[in-house]
Amino acid sequence: MTDKKMVETLIYTKSESLTELGTHYCPGCTHGISHRLIAEVIDEMGVREDTIGIAPVGCAVFAYDYFNMDFAEAAHGRAPAMATGLKRVNPDKIVFTYQGDGDLASIGAAEIMHTAGRGENITVIFINNAIYGMTGGQMAPTTLPGQKTTSTPLGRDIEMHGFPMRMCEILSQLDGASYVVRRSLHNVANIRKAKKAIRQAFEVQRQGLGFSMVELLSSCPTNWGMTADEALKWVGESMVEAYPLGDYKVSPEIKGMKKGGGG
Amino acid sequence: MAKELLKGNHAFAEAAIRAGCEAYFGYPITPQTEALEHMSKRMPELGRVFLQAESEVAAINMVYGAACAGVRVMSSSSSPGVSLMMEGLSYIAGSELPVVLVDIMRGGPGLGNIAPSQGDYNQIVKGGGHGDYRPIVLAPASVQEFIDLTVEAFDLAEKYRCIVIILADGSLGQMMEPAELPEMREVRRFEERPPWSLSGAKGRTPNVISSFYLDPLNEEEVNRRLMAKQAEIEANEIRFRELMLDDAEIAVVAFGTSGRIAQSAIKNAREEGIRVGLLRPISLYPFPYERIRQLGDNVKEILVVEMNSGQMLGDVRIGIEGRIPISFYGRQGGVVPMPDEVLEEIQKVNSRSSAS
Repeated sequence: MTDKKMVETLIYTKSESLTELGTHYCPGCTHGISHRLIAEVIDEMGVREDTIGIAPVGCAVFAYDYFNMDFAEAAHGRAPAMATGLKRVNPDKIVFTYQGDGDLASIGAAEIMHTAGRGENITVIFINNAIYGMTGGQMAPTTLPGQKTTSTPLGRDIEMHGFPMRMCEILSQLDGASYVVRRSLHNVANIRKAKKAIRQAFEVQRQGLGFSMVELLSSCPTNWGMTADEALKWVGESMVEAYPLGDYKVSPEIKGMKKGGGG
Repeated sequence: MAKELLKGNHAFAEAAIRAGCEAYFGYPITPQTEALEHMSKRMPELGRVFLQAESEVAAINMVYGAACAGVRVMSSSSSPGVSLMMEGLSYIAGSELPVVLVDIMRGGPGLGNIAPSQGDYNQIVKGGGHGDYRPIVLAPASVQEFIDLTVEAFDLAEKYRCIVIILADGSLGQMMEPAELPEMREVRRFEERPPWSLSGAKGRTPNVISSFYLDPLNEEEVNRRLMAKQAEIEANEIRFRELMLDDAEIAVVAFGTSGRIAQSAIKNAREEGIRVGLLRPISLYPFPYERIRQLGDNVKEILVVEMNSGQMLGDVRIGIEGRIPISFYGRQGGVVPMPDEVLEEIQKVNSRSSAS
């Protein structure tokens, strides 16, 4: 008998920037992917011990339990203002907010606009899934025309509810915004691009180049009434059509940066 | 430090700087704007943080963020602006963070006007934001006291990890008086920030600052901790001034500017031989119930004077427990009572209680 040796190669492990806790997110929800991408970027940059996160009100309210770093919990929509206060007295730390569409584009519209307008040197991860998740599937400012939600049971009627808000397009008009891009999480290729953009956004902050935001088109199978696969397909088709992917604002200083990639 | 002629709004702002305030976030609103302007010049000069926010909502959330970092931080505003801050204040209370806020009250409700008022007593003293909490509330009656209480407010906020609100009114913000500022205190070094603060989890487990407790039993535990803290505050932090109460048959109870006006009226009444004294609560929370209770044993009648429709009056009633008559004189909507009006009320009370 020959001596049989087992060789194990570690190809995947939990990021140091995540805790051991399992998340409460629904099956098929892309919050887990967003968390993972942010954690990988923070690990790769080696800044976990210098990073402070701000959790939103919404499904990601427990983000502070899942990220293995200093964290604060904001009031609904106010994370950018809170991040401003934290960053101004901690200019050497990395400060990021994690916000949903109701949080950022509705109740916190003023805070995100002015934080971007000031060129606040923070990073915003913006989860756009076109619905209010935690309260059970009501219309968001990003809900698509015709999309059924529990508060638009016949579909979003633009005569009554107006049009969806495209936050990347709006914020990219502000001189203070440095890096504003939209990516999607509906397949592997796009997830890889999303990670590159998140890395770039954190690099922008590390180099003191100002406000950075990555919008991530995300799925909510539970509240959309779809299977996980159907939901991802809907992101890739309907949401990408309504919210085109791309770089909406990349300041000249960022284009001159050596490291990182725009995706 | 020698006395100098100082405007209330400038004085409290400079006092906060000298107390080691490292960051100020605010929004212009009359009659407190001079404080924001003072901060906008002085804080950058000293290498500290000043930021004019896009709203009072944002300002208080910036305060919330900076407080998470364990620095001395404050804001100031006036009644309508403070209403907008209530959401953030509730989160700060729930997160047990030390924060100082100055409220220069003006006439209301609604947009009201920019004249001095005490109409926000109930809102500020009883809590203000949603949920079960009380801030420490201090009411100055002069520019000097405004300075002294501002410095004290930072120490109290940190001692109890709670909100301290200085409740003043438009006249105190706008008046100029000779007063003495304290010595300059440096801001705390990064290494000296408290162990609970968010500074990056270097070589330690992460700190989380939140007011979210999904399990009611956990939230109740927080509420009980806040209650225990309040009991300690009520035992240790009651502040009041009194004048000529030793032989008084009538006690006037009034805070802040009303207290100061009442003081003039009482001196005039004494000249007429009326045995009247003044109790001026300085800490509105914790309220000096025990001293009020004692007054119920020693005087015949109480006169409460306020620049509102009778808000502190409720707390005086609690202290008196129905044992002696309490009358009330108030002016509302930004009208400041004259000492003569208060004197007239004292005379009325006196003729009534002498007749009985």
